[in-house]
Amino acid sequence: MSAGGGGLGTPRALPSSGPRALRDMPHPLAASSSEEAASELTPSPDLLLPRSFADKDLSLPNGTPVDTSSPASSSSLLNRLQLDDDLDGETRDLFVTVDDPKKHICTMETYITYRVTTKTTRAEFDLPEYSIRRRYQDFDWLRNKLEESQPTHLIPPLPEKFVMKGVVDRFSEEFVETRRKALDKFLKRIADHPVLSFNEHFNVFLTAKDLNAYKKQGMALLSKMGESVKYVTGSYKLRSRPLEFAAVGDYLDTFVLKLGTIDRIAQRIIKEELEYLVELREYGPVYSTWGGLEVELAEPLEGVSACIGNCCTALEELSDDMTEDFLPVLREYILYSESMKNVLKKRDQVQAEYEAKLEAVALKKEERPKMPADVEKCQDRVECFNADLKADMERWQNNKRQDFRQLLMGMADKNIQYYEKESVPASCF
Amino acid sequence: MSACAEGEPSRAPIPMERPEAEPLSASGSCQAGEAEAEAGSGPAAEEPGGRAAGTMMEDCLSKKIEITVSEAEKRTGRNAMNMQEIYTAYLIETRAVESQTEGQCSPPDSLWRRYSEFELLRNYLLVNYPHIVVPPLPEKRAEFVWHKLSADNMDPDFVERRRIGLENFLIRVASHPIICQDKIFYSFLTQEGGWKEMVNETGFQLKAESRLKALNATFRVKNPDKRFTELKHYSDELQSVISHLLRVRARVADRLYGVYKVHGNYGRVFSEWSAIEKEMGDGLQSAGHHMDVYAASIDDILEEEEHYADQLKEYLFYAEALRAVCRKHELIQYDLEMAAQDLASKKQQCEELATGTLRTFSLKGMTSKLFGQESPEQREGKIKVLEEQIHDGEEQLKSKNVEGREFVKSAWADIERFKEQKNHDLKEALINYAVMQISMCKKGIQVWTNAKECFSKM
Repeated sequence: MSAGGGGLGTPRALPSSGPRALRDMPHPLAASSSEEAASELTPSPDLLLPRSFADKDLSLPNGTPVDTSSPASSSSLLNRLQLDDDLDGETRDLFVTVDDPKKHICTMETYITYRVTTKTTRAEFDLPEYSIRRRYQDFDWLRNKLEESQPTHLIPPLPEKFVMKGVVDRFSEEFVETRRKALDKFLKRIADHPVLSFNEHFNVFLTAKDLNAYKKQGMALLSKMGESVKYVTGSYKLRSRPLEFAAVGDYLDTFVLKLGTIDRIAQRIIKEELEYLVELREYGPVYSTWGGLEVELAEPLEGVSACIGNCCTALEELSDDMTEDFLPVLREYILYSESMKNVLKKRDQVQAEYEAKLEAVALKKEERPKMPADVEKCQDRVECFNADLKADMERWQNNKRQDFRQLLMGMADKNIQYYEKESVPASCF
Repeated sequence: MSACAEGEPSRAPIPMERPEAEPLSASGSCQAGEAEAEAGSGPAAEEPGGRAAGTMMEDCLSKKIEITVSEAEKRTGRNAMNMQEIYTAYLIETRAVESQTEGQCSPPDSLWRRYSEFELLRNYLLVNYPHIVVPPLPEKRAEFVWHKLSADNMDPDFVERRRIGLENFLIRVASHPIICQDKIFYSFLTQEGGWKEMVNETGFQLKAESRLKALNATFRVKNPDKRFTELKHYSDELQSVISHLLRVRARVADRLYGVYKVHGNYGRVFSEWSAIEKEMGDGLQSAGHHMDVYAASIDDILEEEEHYADQLKEYLFYAEALRAVCRKHELIQYDLEMAAQDLASKKQQCEELATGTLRTFSLKGMTSKLFGQESPEQREGKIKVLEEQIHDGEEQLKSKNVEGREFVKSAWADIERFKEQKNHDLKEALINYAVMQISMCKKGIQVWTNAKECFSKM
């Protein structure tokens, strides 16, 4: 634990590129600062502690300054210092909901907007409540901005952008509802994130009446800055990838495969169920026809026919539910995993750059006795990235567990309900 | 026959039950010009078949001996063309009922028979008891098969279901008040050697051929008993609807099988997934196990349903037996009508010769007019011949009438008995089917509840 050049009173910076002005945040390991904060944090062993804050120049590899504009009140400070995100109602102070889809028909196009409602006690927001309307484009814009401005964090996925016209009806109730749920989840995940939720773009997204004006502003700024960070597709040769990231990388590869398999199985089951349904629809009426030939047997025959008819209804509900609720969530997690993998690659890239610079310096050892500033900068970047990512990974794992628990229990529930519905008329018989 | 969809005009239902038995007077009468031909006489009281059968039940063979078809065995032998063949033989065991109640457990008498011998027995019964709805045999070849079932006659599941069907056939025959008393049937159960020869000696094969021909011939009956006409129509409809039902049921079974089996894949993938998880692992693994149980459960469910299908099949084949009885009535009636018609025309001819007048056009009358009339002696001779023929004809017609009436009476009695049996059996089968469905639902709920619990522990 090396101490930097700063004296007493100079706050040690928290290694995060979050929106907070880092000067204002006490060092998590500083003795005098809130002990709770210290006990919450478990910095990883390979995380090198930052030196003097003053020397820091926290910017992205390409030079764009990190978004640190949002001030935070001291009451929500504790929130943000928690790397382990405990989501009980008491600590939450930002609630976001997506609902009320509406169709808009204009001369140029037809599209759907969703109402986004925000309730909050945070000082970053002027009002305690907001209600604005947004369309998918806006969500997409938000996600891109978040990726640009928070490259060391994992951004939640959006539902798929493109739908094949003619195959899927973009304006059908089922499609819109599925999308709405996914968008709601997207915003909730951001709102629950201790760093992302303070992002300026997120704030504007939730509050601005005219988002397009703000978007244009941002576009101009960006073109001055040059290209934003692009997704990394290749892999980088590293000296030593930290164990936990390597492990997560392997995990994600297998995880995505398994999810893909489950997706295919679920689709196959739905297909088989629908084919079963087709046959049942022909089966039931034959009993009725037979009933028409008989006198004494008419009643039991009609009874069987009714049972089968009932089974058809219940089965249709089951396969609709699975299509609308189960499959989309599964696919969302595949997207989520893919984007996690991309963030891991970015991290690798940052580490690789650092190592390259380090190597270059090592070769010229005689000439430079001390670590040059730019190499130190790189090292800091790596540390920040690692810390952010580690926190996000843990959060992701927890959420994943809860989400799948809910998803699979839901699937079991739907099947139970199906059988319960089916057995009712049969017992009356 | 396609399923009744909405908007499709439904056929007028043919009720099986008739509120009261109709008198026989109107039926069986034929229109002969001058109704001197004796037609069906006055109403004859009809005994409700059920009651008649009931009083005779105590005499049924099934009350005296217990019949089982207990085993099936593959055999090799030589066929009619002296070529080697493989066939299945079935063990028929008979045991006197009394010996059971006395506490003695005497060993049963037994003999082996193959399917073709059962067929021979049945054909014999069909020919000799045309007024009886003869119980059908289980199907010769596997039909209405869904993909998992084999269409192979040597397949053990098929053989097993056939064994049950043959036992059922023997019990049905033994329970029938009339045919259970047949000597050939009794020998079938008790006499291993020489039975085939005994059957052939009855000479029924000749009758069988003519019966088959007649059943398939087309002819128009002028005045059949309406009940039989309606019954024949009903049996056609019944055959059609049960065939359709069995075909669709087979497809339904196929699809249901698919749904259940695909869930087995969940078992495998959950297991693989659990290997990379820490806290979620156990829950996933055990849930996967339940998915395997679910997938496996369909085998027993569908096997039970096959028995239900077999019950329907029996009545599909029964419909054919019913039809045969109706056709027999039509045959008898047609024969009667032809005989009456022939008699009437002979009488007319006689009258014309006697009076010298030409009532109706006849070629003979024309030619005699053109080419000169016959001598009085010739005419006398012809009249005498005709009068003899008329006398014989009248005797024949009388006996045919009696035969016709007897047939209608006894056939209808058996039909009433059959109707009761059918309603009872099918009602039971349908209720059992509903019970099967409930049981299937219960199993489903159980498995998914277990899986849900495993998921909750993730």
